[in-house]
Amino acid sequence: MNGSLLKARYQPDPAAASSPLAETTQVPRRKIHLKSSRLADAGFRYLMLGCALSVLAIVVLIVRELFLRSTLSLHAFGLKFLMTQSWDPVNGDFGALAFIYGTLVSSLLALILAVPLSIGVATFTTELCPRILRGPLSYMVELLAAIPSVIYGLWGVFVLVPILRQYVQPFLAKYFGWTGLFGGYQFGIGMLAAGIILAVMIIPIVTSITREVMSAVPTAQREGVLAIGATRWEMIRVGVLRNARTGIMGAIILGLGRALGETIAVTMLIGNRPEIAKSLFAPGYTLASVIANEFSEATEDLYLSALVEIGLVLFAITLLVNIVAQLMVWSITRGSARRAAV
Amino acid sequence: MIRRLAFVFCSTLLVCCAAAAQTTLNGAGATFPYPIYSKWFSEYHNQHPDIQINYQSIGSGGGIRQVLAGTVDFGASDGPMTDDQLSQAKTKIYHIPTVLGSVVPVYNLPGVSTELKFTPQVLSDIFVGKIVNWNDPAIAKVNPGVKFPNQPVLVVHRSDGSGTTYCFTDYLSKISNDWRSGPGKGTSVKWPVGLGAKGNEGVSGMVRQMEGSIGYVELIYAVQNKMSYGSMQNASGNFVKASLDSTAAAAASVKSMPPDFRVSITNAPGKDAYPISTFTWLLIPAQAKEASKQKIILDFLNWMLDSGESMAAQLTYAPLPQEVATKVRATVKQIH
Repeated sequence: MNGSLLKARYQPDPAAASSPLAETTQVPRRKIHLKSSRLADAGFRYLMLGCALSVLAIVVLIVRELFLRSTLSLHAFGLKFLMTQSWDPVNGDFGALAFIYGTLVSSLLALILAVPLSIGVATFTTELCPRILRGPLSYMVELLAAIPSVIYGLWGVFVLVPILRQYVQPFLAKYFGWTGLFGGYQFGIGMLAAGIILAVMIIPIVTSITREVMSAVPTAQREGVLAIGATRWEMIRVGVLRNARTGIMGAIILGLGRALGETIAVTMLIGNRPEIAKSLFAPGYTLASVIANEFSEATEDLYLSALVEIGLVLFAITLLVNIVAQLMVWSITRGSARRAAV
Repeated sequence: MIRRLAFVFCSTLLVCCAAAAQTTLNGAGATFPYPIYSKWFSEYHNQHPDIQINYQSIGSGGGIRQVLAGTVDFGASDGPMTDDQLSQAKTKIYHIPTVLGSVVPVYNLPGVSTELKFTPQVLSDIFVGKIVNWNDPAIAKVNPGVKFPNQPVLVVHRSDGSGTTYCFTDYLSKISNDWRSGPGKGTSVKWPVGLGAKGNEGVSGMVRQMEGSIGYVELIYAVQNKMSYGSMQNASGNFVKASLDSTAAAAASVKSMPPDFRVSITNAPGKDAYPISTFTWLLIPAQAKEASKQKIILDFLNWMLDSGESMAAQLTYAPLPQEVATKVRATVKQIH
């Protein structure tokens, strides 16, 4: 019933439009429209302003809550909280350094593994891939993003870890043991496993954004570079990747953001040991994991407060990383603008 | 059209009335007794269709917090509340023991088919990090005739805070000076050695995967996963394997049961007592928000003692021994 009403209103009847009666009634209606549209405009503006402000309000409220709930720990440990690696719930001695280290190292490892691969996949799908393959390939990559992280964790425990323990770790220890990064007992579980699973988890987001950015580069750019005699690789490097680097940077930042905050899969694979070890085979611990692990059973006030402070630290690190990344993007784009001006 | 509206209105009203007639109790806390609690609550609901008991297994710590905050009608915990926590409560909180559980050392040692025996000393030395290889003479001494491989010991512990960890570390603190003065007892502790895995299933999964590993899980997990677990030497010097009977024996052998039931039964003195056992408690505030709810809770507790306890064994929980059940019944009478 509603559908037919709408049609009657929005599909002007040609017969009615040509009749003089219809013309005379249209004039006042338009006036009303003007008035109400001005009102609607203002209303819309405030509505959107409200939406934008709500984001700000949410962030402010989160920070306020984190600060309020961690006062006890902030007072008890001060800056020492960030510089010690003791985590002893029984004796009430808390320090976040091991968790900060674990979070940063596992995420960095994930980036080192995922970024080249993602850019490679994106380059292939946009520049080299036969047209028929393009759709299915992109779809597969996006499918990776739809897998819940606990499934990644289980896959890691039952498939990845045994492979690491039996083949990869002995290989790395034998040929790269001299670096000191691949020494010690080979559990399979540890920082390396966590980094690899994080890499797999951030590949979809980095790849799909990189792909979008690269396909947004105008074809004229490519043709121009090819026209001055560049090879295909040079065309991709100079014509596409250089133009798309701001966007690629953005993709990497988003991936990093996900890696920093990822919890369950990492918890299942990192070994959950709050210790700083040089070897990537050694177990570690991340900020997000310790909150997930210990929050539900923390009863003492100081313990709870320390866990909330861990949340605050995670928040600060994410913010800091984003700011640094923004600065990097900014400096790159400014550089290219200057070059363009010259 | 109007007739249809009237019908919808009436039926909504009916549903609302029906919902109002149903009383809902909310509880939250320990995960360890969750299977038996959910069975009890659903059985109780079957017998009293107008009463619905919701239980959220958010962990003992969460249960204690919620009871203190008064956001739930009752809580549940695997470890007793501390005096400090009880002093924060607005009203008296009763600890009502419900069932018993035990924690067993599980290990994965290929080539060793005989069941291992552990003395308190050996177990604590392994978890402290003093024994680092399975061929350590201390292990061989308590297990004569077993040929141990030259295999590093890999300790696996819980990474999440848990009542299981509380029970296990409570035991280690009782039998080992190193442990008491070092990590101590708690739902999470600073482990001297080893890897952390999430949940009983995480620990049992990791132990099954890694050769030379040893961990600790609740008895039910070891049984379900058909894992080899060792027998423990108890306070009387006997080697006892964890079972429902030996767990109940531990509870029965406690010499002086305190009136508030806040008692640790690890390292119990009984001849057949399994030493790493624990009660799990319901936390019942003495004054409910509504008197009608209090009546239901008391009725449920009596029902649990009368007919609930007999369901425990089929879910691998040890029921309360007779003498404890009698004392609990007397306590329930005191709650108004």
